[in-house]
Amino acid sequence: MADTTSTTAAAPLTTADGRSLKAALATAQSRAKRRALFLVLPLFLFIVITFILPIGQMLHRSVKNDGFSANMPAISAWFAENPAGTEPDEAAYAALAADLQAASAAKTIGVVGTRVNYDMPGTRSLFTSSARKSKDFVAPFKESLLAADAKWGDPALWGVMRQVSKTYSGNFFLAAVDLARDADGKIIRAPEDRRIYVSLFVRTFFMAGLITGICLLIAFPVAHLLATLPLRYSNLLMILVLLPFWTSLLVRTTSWIVLLQTQGVINNSLVAGGLLSEENRIQMIYNQTGTIIAMTHILLPFMILPLYSVMRPIPPSYVRAARSLGATSWTAFRRIYLPQTLPGIGAGALLVFILAVGYYITPALVGGASGQLISNLIAFHMQDSLNWSLAAALAAILLGAVLILYWLYDRLVGIDNLKLG
Amino acid sequence: MALPVYASPLERIWHYTYLVICALIFLFLIAPILIVIPLSFNAEPYFTFTEKMLTFDPTGYSMRWYDLLLTFGMQNPDAVRDGAWWADAWNNAAWIRAAKNSIIIGAFSTLVATVLGTLAALGLSRPEMPLRRPIMAVLISPMIVPIIITATGLFFFYSATGLSGTYVGIVLAHATLGIPFVIITVTATLVGFDHSLTRAAASLGASPSTTFFKVIMPLILPGVISGALFAFVTSFDEVVVVLFVAAHDQQTIPRQMWNGIREQISPAILSVATILVIISIALLATVELLRRRSERLRGVTPR
Repeated sequence: MADTTSTTAAAPLTTADGRSLKAALATAQSRAKRRALFLVLPLFLFIVITFILPIGQMLHRSVKNDGFSANMPAISAWFAENPAGTEPDEAAYAALAADLQAASAAKTIGVVGTRVNYDMPGTRSLFTSSARKSKDFVAPFKESLLAADAKWGDPALWGVMRQVSKTYSGNFFLAAVDLARDADGKIIRAPEDRRIYVSLFVRTFFMAGLITGICLLIAFPVAHLLATLPLRYSNLLMILVLLPFWTSLLVRTTSWIVLLQTQGVINNSLVAGGLLSEENRIQMIYNQTGTIIAMTHILLPFMILPLYSVMRPIPPSYVRAARSLGATSWTAFRRIYLPQTLPGIGAGALLVFILAVGYYITPALVGGASGQLISNLIAFHMQDSLNWSLAAALAAILLGAVLILYWLYDRLVGIDNLKLG
Repeated sequence: MALPVYASPLERIWHYTYLVICALIFLFLIAPILIVIPLSFNAEPYFTFTEKMLTFDPTGYSMRWYDLLLTFGMQNPDAVRDGAWWADAWNNAAWIRAAKNSIIIGAFSTLVATVLGTLAALGLSRPEMPLRRPIMAVLISPMIVPIIITATGLFFFYSATGLSGTYVGIVLAHATLGIPFVIITVTATLVGFDHSLTRAAASLGASPSTTFFKVIMPLILPGVISGALFAFVTSFDEVVVVLFVAAHDQQTIPRQMWNGIREQISPAILSVATILVIISIALLATVELLRRRSERLRGVTPR
């Protein structure tokens, strides 16, 4: 042993062609590293282009909205030159009149009105109607505009116009958490009748938590049964878990509509069995109950599978040993078995919670009015109200929450341990 | 899960209660999927069992909703059912057109996802792969990020790049959504992959491509195929991205179902659901067989 050490100290090991072994190893390793990277690179670029970039663009839109500033350049410039609180002077009204004329001619006044309307409901018509009369505006513009509509003298309106004249602003994020800016630019709470988003976020997280809890409660006994049965039987029973997993989401949602609706299978059976009178049919769908039942069913396999894969390798001898040492079956379960399943509980609960928070399809189809989640509101703003910046801001908040949970999942469970079937 | 001989009477009662609870949970899992099958043969336009169905009266059952799937959207559905009628159905029936779109989109997105995903999984499972965890986290993220966020992002991105309303756009989006499944299944097959096999092949003079096709590929093929099936099912079942980025005439089966459920739900939806359930049973059987084959190949035997 001492002999070898003295040789290495004297002359560093070399490869056959005389290079130092260390350098040769480093070259070989960096080549292997490059080869591995090279295999992953195409997919990585693909994901960046088709996934990361679009989401980045969406995040960009949540802070950028040029609906006002691009179509009303003169008044936007006036706002930029004059600090907040400046009384609008004749120059401001002249700029406004010029912009209204230009926007009317370019037919972009609708965009402008819509943008202001987001922050101050009921103002869209003010813009469109004034634009129609804009040909008659003459100096002095202040009198001319006020004659067209007295609302132009409203300081609150000028405050809002100052806000929306900024191309980049965090105002949509403020709106997404039920805040607003007043005429002076201070952050205040939104009017009571418009505070819907915070309570919807709370409801989304509450329902996701509830669904996760129910899933855990239902999945635990089943996973335990599957894990303790001999593999021959458990593989057969596993099919009952995997079949829902492979069945189309829309099919499963349709089935729940068929089962739960007031004229559906469950209500009909209860009425036929005499357990329920004809008038008292239970409303189980198109409300929160429907969303919870259907989502629990859909997400249950995501809880059973991680639990099963953790429970399977637990040796039954541990519980037997505890019993032989005098523990009751409950104590043995609580002190010996349960702690060993914690990694599975963590993995399943996090996964189900992450998936439930962003759920869209099932609440949209069976949720009615009270079972809607935040995703449904994002879709509403994308497709119906067309307030895309607000939709993007809501999506950004949801994305932030999901990414934090995803990071936690990676830390606690590890992405590599994600298994399907 | 046998009951030990030393179990007390209370434990015996609990044991059987437990088994009943488990049976009920399995019923909860499977009943909603199976219930649509008999109901799709309903002769009446109801969503529940009619009296005739319960007494197994043959007149209570019919194939009318399956027939509707064929004829809905046809130009001349009442004509004699000859060659021209079938040609009309093939070209014009709404559900057949949706099925054709779904299969085309599904096939191409599966191809993209499987090729790129398998290559990446090979790289990711090499021990010398740098930054393994963060890269893996990025590649799996399409499965984790809520679909509505992905759809919103793609909506903006595609309207800026002119991809909205094109098949290429939908295929790329669906490939992205299917990739995590391919990566997960293929890396799972590669766990415990004996890298000395590739070195042995190389030392015997095989080129990297020969090694890949003759040594690596046969071993990981079960994982690749199940990954591909997952990717196909993901695309075949995807509706939100299609709703956001597809053109109006680009109907797919899920989109057609979505419209059917939202507007006027008819038992025709149940007959589609039945067909889809049968497809998923076939897919599940395939994946299960592949998994067993993979276990046999890798020398893992059931206990």
